Amino acid sequence: MAQVTLMRTPTETALVQAFDAAKAYLPGDVESRAQAFETFNRNGLPHRRVEEFKYTDLRKLMHDVAPFAVKPSSTTAAAALSAARAFVGVEALQVPFVDGHFVSDGIAFDQLPEGVEIVPLAEALASGHDWLAHLSPVPWAKDNPVYQLNSSFMADGVMIKVTGAVATPIHLRFVTASTAAVATATRVLVLVDDGASVTILETHESPHGAAHQPNDVIELVAGDNTNVQHVRLNGEGDEALALSTLAVKIGADAFLNSINVVAGSAVSRHQVFAMFNGENSKAQINGVTMITGRQHADSTLMVEHAVPHCESRELFKTVIDGEATGVFQGKIIVPSHAQKTDGRMMSAALLLSDGGTMYNKPELEIFADDVQCAHGATCGQLDDELLFYLMARGLPRKEAESLLVQAFLGQAIEFVENESARDSLIASVEGWLKARA
Amino acid sequence: MPAVQETIDQVRLIDVDQYKYGFETDVEMEKAPKGLSEDTIRFISAKKGEPEWMLQWRFDAYKRWLTMTEPNWARVSYDKIDYNDMYYYAGPKNFPSPKSLDEVDPEILRTYEKLGIPLREQEVLAGVEPKNRVAVDAVFDSVSVATTFKAELAKAGVIFMPISEAIREYPDLVRQYLGTVVPVSDNFFATLNSAVFTDGSFVYIPPGVRCPMELSTYFRINEKNTGQFERTLIIADKGSYVSYLEGCTAPMRDENQLHAAVVELIALDDAEIKYSTVQNWYPGDSEGRGGIYNFVTKRGDCRGKNSIITWTQVETGSAITWKYPSCILRGDGSRGEFYSIAVSNGMQQVDSGTKMIHLGRNTTSRVISKGIAAGRSDNTYRGLVSAHRKATNARNFTNCDSLLIGNRCGAHTVPYIESKNASAVFEHEATTSKISEDQLFYCQQRGLSAEEATALIVNGFVKDVLQHLPMEFAVEAQKLISISLEGSVG
Repeated sequence: MAQVTLMRTPTETALVQAFDAAKAYLPGDVESRAQAFETFNRNGLPHRRVEEFKYTDLRKLMHDVAPFAVKPSSTTAAAALSAARAFVGVEALQVPFVDGHFVSDGIAFDQLPEGVEIVPLAEALASGHDWLAHLSPVPWAKDNPVYQLNSSFMADGVMIKVTGAVATPIHLRFVTASTAAVATATRVLVLVDDGASVTILETHESPHGAAHQPNDVIELVAGDNTNVQHVRLNGEGDEALALSTLAVKIGADAFLNSINVVAGSAVSRHQVFAMFNGENSKAQINGVTMITGRQHADSTLMVEHAVPHCESRELFKTVIDGEATGVFQGKIIVPSHAQKTDGRMMSAALLLSDGGTMYNKPELEIFADDVQCAHGATCGQLDDELLFYLMARGLPRKEAESLLVQAFLGQAIEFVENESARDSLIASVEGWLKARA
Repeated sequence: MPAVQETIDQVRLIDVDQYKYGFETDVEMEKAPKGLSEDTIRFISAKKGEPEWMLQWRFDAYKRWLTMTEPNWARVSYDKIDYNDMYYYAGPKNFPSPKSLDEVDPEILRTYEKLGIPLREQEVLAGVEPKNRVAVDAVFDSVSVATTFKAELAKAGVIFMPISEAIREYPDLVRQYLGTVVPVSDNFFATLNSAVFTDGSFVYIPPGVRCPMELSTYFRINEKNTGQFERTLIIADKGSYVSYLEGCTAPMRDENQLHAAVVELIALDDAEIKYSTVQNWYPGDSEGRGGIYNFVTKRGDCRGKNSIITWTQVETGSAITWKYPSCILRGDGSRGEFYSIAVSNGMQQVDSGTKMIHLGRNTTSRVISKGIAAGRSDNTYRGLVSAHRKATNARNFTNCDSLLIGNRCGAHTVPYIESKNASAVFEHEATTSKISEDQLFYCQQRGLSAEEATALIVNGFVKDVLQHLPMEFAVEAQKLISISLEGSVG
């Protein structure tokens, strides 16, 4: 039978060259990077024949490899950070990154809030820090090509250890200063000790008009009795191709609340790999996507109930205007011993224009017989009756639409516990709707 | 919630070890040379007395098949099939179309008697005329051995005959439609079927005719080492209606046998086709030895305005099921429905579902799927609902429930929902509490619990269609329908 061999794309060849060049200066153990890259390179960039990337064909969407960003000067970094706007009003401990590199200026490592320790990743990799052993908490994330690329190229990041109830949120600010397209690969590891609690805010901003290629990974290891709040905002520039991964391992009696809001990028893919590692825990994983023009946004989710008696709730809301494409792929896995699992996954999409496309793929993979798992997916346009109701009360059509869209997305945003972060997200929804009108 | 005892008992009744149709019939058979080659195809074509164009069609398919690879995306695993280690044609010896049933080998007739399939019209007609008479086309391995009620159907203008006969008698009609719904190059198994298909049924309902009785085909695999490749083509012309049933069984054997069928349905303006299947191929024993590999491509094309195609399937057999009866909703206002109950037991693997492809305006579809897994089986629902740009006001409702009995089996749901039209409204749900708030409220107000109400509504749904199955099939189906929804997941 004829065997089809896939041709290497120029992008794939460029990635090989980029890795060969990067090996020389990237910090830490080259061996593990080479291993990750080799695994990636065996299959190359994922394409539509690869089930997990069926709707996000990176072979097609990634035309080239942008040069990897170098560490900016401190004046450039300071200027970029003062210009960045995302979550500025939110009181938090700032952990800034410019062009994918951690900016330590202005952080008093010895005066951090009680219960927080921060170690720059580049240094840790170079010196072989103990905490590095906690990297890659979710084993099967390693099979993912986007994650493999990050493992190969990760240049900087931080490792954060939380040992108590930390009231001040930790704000990871990722800002790209370069106006020419650059690629970045960052990794953040958050270790949350038993009984600790923390709020992690994560914002990503880059200038418009340049095809930046960020690939960010944040890994959370939540111990027993922990409470972790995670809010992520993708505010990348209009030509960026943003790949991101959240890998999280949840201990017993713990609570994870994570939301990803997509308000930028030409192409984005956010992947969540969550694994329950202790009983009686709960995870609430939400997503909000607002896209227009020719944007493409993919939310991919895998939740493994590796232990019994856990509860997961997923709520993803997508609003599509123009000729944009939204993708939701979710998978709940329940092995045979994970009895009494309760999983509920919902994806709802609103198509505001005739040119938009929504792909929904909510999957269940269940081997235990005493569980409750459900999923739902809807796709449609705004309810005419509701619109009529509002318009009959004197609202112009666009305003009525905006109100309904706000309410629709608000259902996912209202889970955010930090009030000012929530207000910022609502403001970004309003901003998106205003730009639309 | 774990499954209720009643359900567990009922599923046990249809367990693999209880397979009732596993006997063999001893008749002298004639086979094509083992393996697949142009000679085999020539042999089949000659056996069927086919015209040259048909042979050419088969050759084209064969050539294409040689360049294709077996699909591996389904959630099933099996040993590699050796396509050269089986027979592609097996028919009772001395069997170039007997004139009447008396010429058919009595051993074969006894087989159908044992299976409960009436091949003698007079038996049916002798007593009080039953309400639902059924015309049967009986396919034994690669050959159609008998077709009943042909004359009566002809009076109504309905053509119902083995496809090999139709190729000879109505070549224009066959040529016009064959391969237009499932193209020769559609997929690996459909292409294989196009090259080597042996028999199956051909149905043509003329404009405005309501087919006077149920039509059915009963497929029986008997011979060892033989694959069955049947092809069914049903055309419902403008304003006509037909209900068609399909049943299948096979003897118990340690070896795996391949069954790769293609079914094409075509509904023109205002026509309606109901296609029901009770699939009960030998599922293998409880250790997973033997059983039929069932790789089937079924697709209906709602080509005309306001046409309707309904698929109903009750799947209890086969070691491996790979089957996605689909509807292409091309005509404006057309409607596709899919009702499925798939029960897997022992080591069975089921990967089944449907595709509803909305192309026309105001098209609607409904998918109701219930999967029940027991033993060490795997039961997957895989479905696609898509609306193309021009499918304005398309509407779909999908509900798939799975039930697990024991924790050594698996239930999986893999739905794909793709919408490219803003006015298309798609709902996919696996929660039993969201059927219709109004209906639920109505039932609950009258004293039913939420679960009773849900079961009542969903069962009412499915029953509605299953009641159209003839008696001999309905018994099994009814038994499954009564399985409660309690403890169902996703």
